[in-house]
Amino acid sequence: MIDPVSVFLMLLSAATPLLFAALGELIVERSGVLNLGVEGMMITGALAGFAAADATGNPLIGFAVAAIAGCAISMIFGVLTQFLLANQVATGLALALFGLGLTALFGKPYEGVKAPSMALGPLRIHWIVWLGLAMVPLIWWFLQRSRAGLILRGIGENHHAAHALGHKVHLYRLAAIGFGGAMAGIGGAYISIATVLQWTEGMTAGAGWIALALVVFSGWRAFGVLAGAWLFGGVTVLQLRLQAAGIAVPVQLLAMAPYLATIIALVVISARRKGSAAPGSLGKIFHATS
Amino acid sequence: MSENAIFRAEGLSKTYPGVKANDNITFSVTEGCIHALLGENGAGKSTLVKTIYGLVRPDEGRMWLGGQAFAPADPHAARAAGVGLVFQHFSLFDAMSVAENIALGLDNPPPRRELAERIATISRDYGLPLNPNRLIADLSAGERQRVEIIRALLGHPRLLIMDEPTSVLTPQEAEILFATLRQLAGAGTSILYISHKLDEIRTHCDRATILRGGRVVDSCNPRDHTARELAAMMVGGEMRDIDRSGRRPGEVLLQVRDLSLAPLSIDGTSLKSLSLDLRAGEVLAIGGVAGNGQEELLSALSGEITSAPGTIALEGQDMSRLGPVARRRAGLLAAPEDRLGHAAVPGFSLVENALLTAAPRQDLAPGGMIRRAAARSFTERVIAEFDVRTPGPDTAASALSGGNLQKFVIGREVLQDPHVLVVNQPTWGVDAGAAAAIRQALLNLAAGGAGVIVISQDLEELLELGDRFCALNEGRLSDPRPTDGLSLDEIGLMLGGAHGMEAAHVAA
Repeated sequence: MIDPVSVFLMLLSAATPLLFAALGELIVERSGVLNLGVEGMMITGALAGFAAADATGNPLIGFAVAAIAGCAISMIFGVLTQFLLANQVATGLALALFGLGLTALFGKPYEGVKAPSMALGPLRIHWIVWLGLAMVPLIWWFLQRSRAGLILRGIGENHHAAHALGHKVHLYRLAAIGFGGAMAGIGGAYISIATVLQWTEGMTAGAGWIALALVVFSGWRAFGVLAGAWLFGGVTVLQLRLQAAGIAVPVQLLAMAPYLATIIALVVISARRKGSAAPGSLGKIFHATS
Repeated sequence: MSENAIFRAEGLSKTYPGVKANDNITFSVTEGCIHALLGENGAGKSTLVKTIYGLVRPDEGRMWLGGQAFAPADPHAARAAGVGLVFQHFSLFDAMSVAENIALGLDNPPPRRELAERIATISRDYGLPLNPNRLIADLSAGERQRVEIIRALLGHPRLLIMDEPTSVLTPQEAEILFATLRQLAGAGTSILYISHKLDEIRTHCDRATILRGGRVVDSCNPRDHTARELAAMMVGGEMRDIDRSGRRPGEVLLQVRDLSLAPLSIDGTSLKSLSLDLRAGEVLAIGGVAGNGQEELLSALSGEITSAPGTIALEGQDMSRLGPVARRRAGLLAAPEDRLGHAAVPGFSLVENALLTAAPRQDLAPGGMIRRAAARSFTERVIAEFDVRTPGPDTAASALSGGNLQKFVIGREVLQDPHVLVVNQPTWGVDAGAAAAIRQALLNLAAGGAGVIVISQDLEELLELGDRFCALNEGRLSDPRPTDGLSLDEIGLMLGGAHGMEAAHVAA
């Protein structure tokens, strides 16, 4: 009844928006910044990407524009928190709401428009899915093996020490926030351009929040993010299949399953882990005192 | 002497709003010499260090390093020019490995494998054993300092600055550190050694520049002066001797029997079957390197954590299951170590902070209603009797300097007329004048018939205050010994010696 290969292909697709957004947020949090505005950046990318793809007829240009738009809106957060020392939690929440409101306003003309069709990559899997998969080892390598990644982790772990050693705390964090914004933008655009194939208001449907949870669930590790994204994607696909198969469980309960599974996994993993793997300076404002 | 000066500062000044941190500072460091920079807290030592390391730009003045003008814009430039710094508050990254920490402090770190080899070489050469793959969080204070030193040494500094390096070490660990420094100086590295510990400066340093209130007040060979003379230069006036008279041990006030406790945090230490007796009129000194159960012991005595029934008794009454408020009512008071956050609420005014611990004994909040006037007058009494320098009782605790807040925190407990007072690190990071006042207050309290337990890492303080001394090592308390006739070396051994550190074993 359920073909494992096709389920896996669907899983890859369902996991992709989360994978992008969570990998981006992973870099942001590893630099010691907590940006809760992932949802806002995703939906901005979803609309901007969709609009660009519609205007040019080229979905890949759509993804590029989505990255730029996500990065641009993340800079609001970046400037507010890094230079004006605004509270990160409040600013992040505001960014999420701002993105949702802004796209609801400017998205009106695109409602009912159909996305341009796109070419598939190897194994009939979309290029963006491949890109997302490639980002996992790339980000692992960046964090664990590269000089810049080491400094980024150092800044996230103890910004005072990093500053005392002469590393540019605000610069690295701003770059991380911008990267997180771009990744969230691509993740959002994947929903509008590649899966739903049209624009609807609020279409990211909480994916940004799940991405935030995945970062914690992963223990701030790239491959952990991949596992979390696949778990969420897998349960999503499974429940859709079960719905389609007409199983006698209320649809609402099935639709709830991916979120429930993620929360349970989070709880189990957090309970088993000794201490916290969170970056030491996560969410704290850095202000050089000298 | 200026011909072979490796470093020279001339007329350095730096003003912060309201305070002149450095005022026309001029001194030079000779090549291959251990040069002490001596001064109390607030004398301008840290600002000077930050200036040399490129973290602070001086308003005026110039510096030379190795005969060349030296004006580092940031720490990278300072390191490139040949300045290394070992920070007082370690600038380490807890969740990262030793190798990663060292790489973060180098400007052009070699590849991982080569770096590991170089760390191994340098730690062998200087007798500083260190495994590059261990996490900082798992290291002891002495080992963490080794990481800082190796990080600084890998940059091949010509001038190595050590900012209060021995404040976290046992005497034996400190000896090993000095052997390392000697060896470095012998190899031509100059060392700028910042401290306020007079004895170690007199034994180990070749020159001393003394700072007071941001100015250089004197420069001398510390071996030609007594500790008392150096202290007088540092403080700017004679030090008063501590008065230990008037104490007669009475009956046992506090009895601890077989106290065991799980660690408070992951990196804490469990208390293992601890027993002690504290008599009226007695000061019991408990020494130990941080993280050997001090926090746990204080929490168990103060009532923040309850223990098994029958483990803690005050004047024959079982306290083990009572919380802090009930223990305070009974007369068992405590002042924890961390003044901002544990002993006091930083954002609260002094009056509010006084209320928090003094309400039960001073009856400041009968029936839940705060008596503001009474709280205020109690606070004013603490401020007056303990010479707390503050604009007024409504000032926030965080606005006070460390020494003043510490005087307030201790004074608040002392003036509540405790039967037993437990203090942890009563003079940590406090300048000599305030420290002397706090110690005298504790002795006076004991002279008045109370029992006092002083937990500290400052061994000289413990010897000065205590009638009996116990060592707290890995959660175990040694048998008490009278402090009369106890030497620092013996205490060091009681504290567990050098914790596996080994001395430099390469001929310099």
